Amino acid sequence: MIALRTSWTRCVGDYWLTPQKISTKWRCGPLINIYRKLNFPFEIYEINILEADDIALMKISSDTGAGLSLEEMRAVKTYFKSEGRNPTDVELQTIGQTWSEHCFHKTFKGIVKTSDGRVIDNMFKTYIASVVKELNSEWCFSVFEDNAGIVDFVEGYAIAVKVETHNHPSAIEPFGGAATGIGGVIRDILGVWAEPIANIDVLCFGPLDYDYLKLPQGVKHPRYLFKGVVAGIAHYGNNMGIPTICGAIYFDEGYVGNVVVYCGCIGLLPKDKYFRKIKQGHSIILAGGRTGRDGIHGVTFASAELTEESEEKSRSAVQIPNPIEEEKLKRAIIRIRDEGLASGITDLGGGGLSCAAGEMANKYNCGAVVELSKVLLKDPDMKPWEIWISESQERMFIASPPENVKRILEIFEDEDVEAVEIGRFTDDSRLRVFYKGYMVADLSLSFLFNPPKVTRIAKIEKELEYDSKFEKPKDLNDILLKLLRAPNIASREVVIRTYDHEVKGMTAIKPLQGWRAGPNDAAVLKPLPSSWAGIVVSCGIKPSYGKISTYWMAASSIDEAIRNNVCVGGRRWALLDNFTWGNPEKADRMGSLLRAVEACYHIAKLFGAPFISGKDSLYNESPLGPVTPTLLITAIGIIPDVRKALTMDFKNPGNPLYIVGLTRRELGGSEYYKLLGLSGGLVPKVYEGARSICDKVIKAMDLGLIRACHDPSDGGIAVAIAEMSMASGLGAEIELSKVPLSEPMREDLALFSESNSRLIVEVRADKEEEFEQLMAGLPCSRIGRITRGSSLVVRGYDGKVLIDVSVDEMWRTWREALTLR
Amino acid sequence: MLDVKACIIRVGGTNCDFETKVALEDLGVKADIIHMNQLLKKRVNLEDYNLLVIPGGFSYGDYVRAGAIWGKKLAFKMRRDLENFVNEGKAVVGICNGFQVLVEAGILPGLSGLSNHPEVALATNSSAKYECRWVHLRYHSSRCRLLSKIADGKVLRIPVGHGEGRFVASKEVLDKIVELNLVVFTYCRPDGSPANGEYPYNPNGSMLDIAGICSGEGNVVGMMPHPERAYFGWQMPDWTLQDELAAYGDGRIIFESIVDYIKGL
Repeated sequence: MIALRTSWTRCVGDYWLTPQKISTKWRCGPLINIYRKLNFPFEIYEINILEADDIALMKISSDTGAGLSLEEMRAVKTYFKSEGRNPTDVELQTIGQTWSEHCFHKTFKGIVKTSDGRVIDNMFKTYIASVVKELNSEWCFSVFEDNAGIVDFVEGYAIAVKVETHNHPSAIEPFGGAATGIGGVIRDILGVWAEPIANIDVLCFGPLDYDYLKLPQGVKHPRYLFKGVVAGIAHYGNNMGIPTICGAIYFDEGYVGNVVVYCGCIGLLPKDKYFRKIKQGHSIILAGGRTGRDGIHGVTFASAELTEESEEKSRSAVQIPNPIEEEKLKRAIIRIRDEGLASGITDLGGGGLSCAAGEMANKYNCGAVVELSKVLLKDPDMKPWEIWISESQERMFIASPPENVKRILEIFEDEDVEAVEIGRFTDDSRLRVFYKGYMVADLSLSFLFNPPKVTRIAKIEKELEYDSKFEKPKDLNDILLKLLRAPNIASREVVIRTYDHEVKGMTAIKPLQGWRAGPNDAAVLKPLPSSWAGIVVSCGIKPSYGKISTYWMAASSIDEAIRNNVCVGGRRWALLDNFTWGNPEKADRMGSLLRAVEACYHIAKLFGAPFISGKDSLYNESPLGPVTPTLLITAIGIIPDVRKALTMDFKNPGNPLYIVGLTRRELGGSEYYKLLGLSGGLVPKVYEGARSICDKVIKAMDLGLIRACHDPSDGGIAVAIAEMSMASGLGAEIELSKVPLSEPMREDLALFSESNSRLIVEVRADKEEEFEQLMAGLPCSRIGRITRGSSLVVRGYDGKVLIDVSVDEMWRTWREALTLR
Repeated sequence: MLDVKACIIRVGGTNCDFETKVALEDLGVKADIIHMNQLLKKRVNLEDYNLLVIPGGFSYGDYVRAGAIWGKKLAFKMRRDLENFVNEGKAVVGICNGFQVLVEAGILPGLSGLSNHPEVALATNSSAKYECRWVHLRYHSSRCRLLSKIADGKVLRIPVGHGEGRFVASKEVLDKIVELNLVVFTYCRPDGSPANGEYPYNPNGSMLDIAGICSGEGNVVGMMPHPERAYFGWQMPDWTLQDELAAYGDGRIIFESIVDYIKGL
């Protein structure tokens, strides 16, 4: 690949800055003045950055959609001054993509100055990544380095996990946005040579009955988004034959303008097939779907606030999903892996080729040359910069020694996948891009991967600690039934049934338990025919607590994810963090984000559970304001023998029920307060000793003392026991006076408190003593028993019946509340 | 006894081949997952096998109609091979998308040999949704020669996972299917009584609750439910209720029976 360096290197004087405003957008056609069309046989512009003042710099950033700040534009100008020339559009776009919040995580890696006088250099390293460093867990195979976090499994296999956000695209085009979210995260898993075996989806919407008249211009109705997003996730996962096994759906007003879509994928990787040995001279192969104009500027779009005009302006930022293309691509990649032909792989995600090529070259201390005219296109008229940054889906970037290229291309052909060699790795630490033989970009990698550090100001606000005073409701039966049909508690069955959660035949514990579709706490996969070991997948998300304290929201999310994992028998937890926040350039948003990040460090260490991967989505703001600060914690545990796994449904009438863990007066952000229209309250905290509750219950499971386990979460003890009852069709008798409390409190508060670190356990009737001995020293008490009866009966402190509801009535209420229509 | 050699055929979008292979291998079958391109390029010969499984998935994205594109490709590009295979009495099994493919290829029900057009349809579920759920299936001893190990009237618990599985046919065709005794599986209630179209016992609105049929010769069978997902005991939906986990699930007998048939060829 030889091309001539041509004349664009220095052409001062041919252009002039124009005083009038240019309204034409960059991609709408040739622009004038600041931009000079180069005398090449295709459309490419030189940008007069060297003579641009601050106003012009910002105009360039906005016109081109590069999305760079003034400070960054100045850094670009300085760089090109040292190069003695102006950049091309391809170069400026490359920088814009690489330096975007989405690709570079400037906020997490930048400097934070707090209102209480602290300076934190690199929030990510200081908090998130230091957990794994301090815990030094030998089972962490690769963390925060590659496209996905990787931890050991059994028999030479590792588990790869990644969770992504796809909020902005889903707000514009819910079906395509969500589907490509799944498609993208699956490619992250392929990008570490792992075979994708399960998907995760966690979704947050505005209330489904939101008043249409209150919707601002450009904001789509929550029900439209809900139906579109669910259909998109089902479409991609089902078509690829990857089961969707774990997830959550959360409703809150704060998501009306900012829908939240988390997409996760789990992969299985033979550890000896993790090829990472790219050297200079190796070939670059681009494989999969063709490159098109879909997905231009996705990352810069994702790193900006949503506005009224987003629909029109950013539609092209949303990619088009084609799961069958990715299915074929997956087959070919696994074959290439198994034959050991390649030296490296990565997905083409945000930033497209520009980021993939640059990042790979930078990571392996090489340079790279790419010839864009070799790239197969959907539209032959695409401009070089569009080809270079397009985020079209279903494409992978593969590196291989030149002698293996032929065989690799053969495999792709066998699988009906298009693939071409588009470039080489070089030895000069520069990224050089050609089009039709002309050089169109030539950037130093050390410049490209050292953007100026940003400084954010964090305002730490004092958290309010007060509780509401209100009368105890008379009819707690009614309250319980209302809670069971509350949007955040009602059964998700209608949604989960549209996701194939059985394909691959690995799902040992399913999201829906048994014939009555109980809400299992976590899913268990048994991926290897030769081993009984299982992968345990769960999540935790507590957005309503964040309205009171983002610190305790983060802490509670970690506790919930881990205790959900424990409920089915999961242990040795690895965590993933996914932040969805507002604009970090606003000090209050940054302050609440910092608090949540601090909690991640403290609580993850408390549980001895390292973070292995994560992703942040910032700038989730709309005309309705910032998104409800949201942190999704995904926990990946293992279970040595899936035959020991437990489900949450009651098993045998007569068996005693125990609660482990202390109930506190913690109802801030609870579903009970929400139902009563109360604000404030004390949010659930996480205390020392949380870990030993998990460890002891796991021990009891391994000893075979336990038949069922479920955690009180949204709706507290009352809802947790109701769920166990509904899932089995069996009744229960509970004595509230037996529940260990931190302080005396009213009956309704004890029933609906959402304190963390509690588990409700069905113990084998003949193992009570053994169980109690094992739990000695922990707050643990026998609170009742399972009955053959048809109702759930709760007696108050005085022994009188407080709640008596028919199991079938609860079941119907809970099941029918959420509809897809 | 004949060695059972299974060809699990796939194209882009096929995705239940792995678990089907696991099930067959557990029964000692030599099972190969073969891309159709390998057969078309004659790198692999279909005649070397005695069981052809068309597994579940979304072949070619199920564009046009589920199974339509692959069905046509099979009928036109592999017609000779397939006809020979079937005429020799070898076993052909289509599961889910495989059933849709056999119907679209005109192989099932094949009332008068290979048909040039689909004689029946597997239409969009009456719920208008993809349905991933466990159902009860009633086995009917029929013309089907592959499943004779299963007792007539036996109820099996097996999951479905499809958006297009509603069995639809004209009155004449339906009458003929019943008359020729081609109905192999119907959706039923847990006690084995007919679902009579009631959701979710009949998950898709199939006519006569039909879940699976066979060819007139009885060696080609297609079914919407996925026995390979109910092969082992730990795959069943309620196995945690049992004190001792059963080694196998309800789907195993289907594969066992097919293997027995081939061994007896």
